[in-house]
Amino acid sequence: MKQDIILAGVGGQGIISIAYVIASAALEEGLELKQAEVHGMSQRGGAVQSHLRLSRERIWSDLIPRGEADLVLSVEPLETLRYVDYLRPDGMVIVSRTPFVNIRDYPEVETLLSKIREIPRHLIIDSEKLAREAGSSRTQNMVMLGATARYLMVKEENLTKFIKVLFERHGETIVAANLKAFALGQAVAAAADFVPASGGRAGRGGG
Amino acid sequence: MKPEILLGDEAVALGAIHAGLSAGYSYPGTPASEIMEYLIKAVAKTHSFVASWSVNEKVAYEEALGVSFAGKRALVSMKHVGLNVAADPFMSSALTGANGGLVIVPADDPGMHSSQNEQDSRFYADFAKIVCFEPSNHQEAYEMTRQAFDVSETLGLPVMIRLVTRLSHSRSSVRPREPRGQNELRFGASQDWTLLPVNARRRFQTLLDSQAAMVRLSDESEFNSLRLNADNRSLGVLASGIAFNYVQENLSDLEKPPSLLKVGTYPLPEKLIRGLFEHVETVLVVEEGYPLIERSLRGFFGVAGKTIMGKLSGDLPLTGELSPEAVRPSLGLKPLERLDLGGFKLAARPPQLCAGCPHADTFHALNRALREYDKSNIFSDIGCYTLGYYPPYQAVQTCVCMGASVSMAKGGAEAGIHPSIAVIGDSTFGHSGLTPLLEAAAVDTNMTVFILDNCTVAMTGGQPSYASGERLLRMIEGLGVAKEHIRVIEPLPKNLDKNALVIKEEIDHHGLSVIVAARECLEEAKKKRRSG
Repeated sequence: MKQDIILAGVGGQGIISIAYVIASAALEEGLELKQAEVHGMSQRGGAVQSHLRLSRERIWSDLIPRGEADLVLSVEPLETLRYVDYLRPDGMVIVSRTPFVNIRDYPEVETLLSKIREIPRHLIIDSEKLAREAGSSRTQNMVMLGATARYLMVKEENLTKFIKVLFERHGETIVAANLKAFALGQAVAAAADFVPASGGRAGRGGG
Repeated sequence: MKPEILLGDEAVALGAIHAGLSAGYSYPGTPASEIMEYLIKAVAKTHSFVASWSVNEKVAYEEALGVSFAGKRALVSMKHVGLNVAADPFMSSALTGANGGLVIVPADDPGMHSSQNEQDSRFYADFAKIVCFEPSNHQEAYEMTRQAFDVSETLGLPVMIRLVTRLSHSRSSVRPREPRGQNELRFGASQDWTLLPVNARRRFQTLLDSQAAMVRLSDESEFNSLRLNADNRSLGVLASGIAFNYVQENLSDLEKPPSLLKVGTYPLPEKLIRGLFEHVETVLVVEEGYPLIERSLRGFFGVAGKTIMGKLSGDLPLTGELSPEAVRPSLGLKPLERLDLGGFKLAARPPQLCAGCPHADTFHALNRALREYDKSNIFSDIGCYTLGYYPPYQAVQTCVCMGASVSMAKGGAEAGIHPSIAVIGDSTFGHSGLTPLLEAAAVDTNMTVFILDNCTVAMTGGQPSYASGERLLRMIEGLGVAKEHIRVIEPLPKNLDKNALVIKEEIDHHGLSVIVAARECLEEAKKKRRSG
């Protein structure tokens, strides 16, 4: 059993925090994991992505092969579409509807969302609204993680455990806001009319 | 010991610490920065070794060499192009040799995610005739680093570990082993380290004499392995470093898996390669970077009776980084079926200056001042401010190498360009801008040099700068720039007109001017506030 996830967004949106939480949970559960990410120049307001691979067996490549990803988890609608060709034909996307507009030719959000709706298994989340409800607009990444939690092969309680670890040094208020954001994401996903995941599929193996 | 999740960079750093490291040196550069970041964090806890950002890679290398001469173990890390800066001591250190273990870690950037070229550091190891390790995963990065120190001390030579972005910046779990202690101070053979011709000739012969031992090490290394498939005498694959993973990733889609030679150390393992060639008709070489292995196997005329496939034959791309899908055609595989939304175009989102960045205000003022001149050249350097290339600024016209802005502006001015302007950051100035400014001050070149002092190495995550604040101003004056033509501006929107005026005055001054645009990087200021 394995799971290949592309995390997408813009530099500064907290992609690496999402990756940290899932990866730490995976280590806790004795899974193999690889997580490739982008540092440096591209981080400055540019498109960023992370390839996160979880498996019960050995993982070879740090990069997910195009056509192998089970899920694109994106905190930004435009960035979602940049990586759809990584998805296997029945792959799913879980995506924030909140645009991050820092380029002049940013398209109409509705155009992006209608393209996303062409993906048979999609879930669109109003992460900004839920993050504000949680107490801070900076918790959108944890809203998105919460919305994805039920589809991940790691346990949800291990995710919350490492959210606490991640934000511990910022104080209790920040930890509480992020946990609440996670819970709100979970609740929305649970209530959503969304084609359920078939669960992690057996991989093609790897020699 | 318990497994930890580490970046490839961090696995190298931890391996070095556990090998008994006494000192690490580096200059920030993607994708290598996290090696030193990890060492510095570890030192903060244990205070048991030295971990320090150097003013540039050449200095870093020489500091590490000094540690090695003292009998202790040293690590020097940098991005691939940083090794160009350190190439002088690097090449000579293959002749002086090492006393304490000396390990060099250049991190290459195939695909140029954050770099101006995708040069392959394995060629440097080959050039210097030293051993090079090329890890394929995180555990290997850890183990190879530990072993590299042993090999360095056994052979008495520096040893390279070649990283690439996709390993440097990928996380995975590493199971560390028991650490060992550091070396004692041990004075060594000064005649070997004094490369006067008489000594250098003797040392070069010694280096040549040790080549056979290096090949033997590779043939016996646990990091190289040959897996022959008796049922497939047609295709064999030779794959090195992370390229090995991309081959493995696709093997299960092949009906008849090829024989597979994994290479993780250089010079190349001759016996293993011979074993592969004797078994198959066609050898596919898959390597991340330039076709180093393929070229050395192919030579001018190839191998009689055998076909060699790879980048030179056109079966794999010569540019960019490899990936699992990039190697499929060379293995005779079709692309995997994927989700298809039909063709659509997406707006690109290039990196850009942060909102409120001081560089933006400097560029606005500079552009304002330049309106009054027909033509100008703005020679930029390497840092966040290189993003001034993009709209809405479109303010800079070069990005070549560290410190080049000042020298190129001088050359441009001497060719007749006016205004000839250099734009360089405080840390880049410390790295390689001092020497050309010294020269320009001596002859009073008619050019204007901007030093953008944001108090940090911003692009790579906020490492300390040696050439900032008051110290920077004293340095500029000390280099011989006339005091009245050292101007300080504060790049803020409200100062736009005032700053443009200062810039125009200094452009119109016939001679050398230095304008220091001083305002702290916003990201760094934020970080400081957060940590109280």
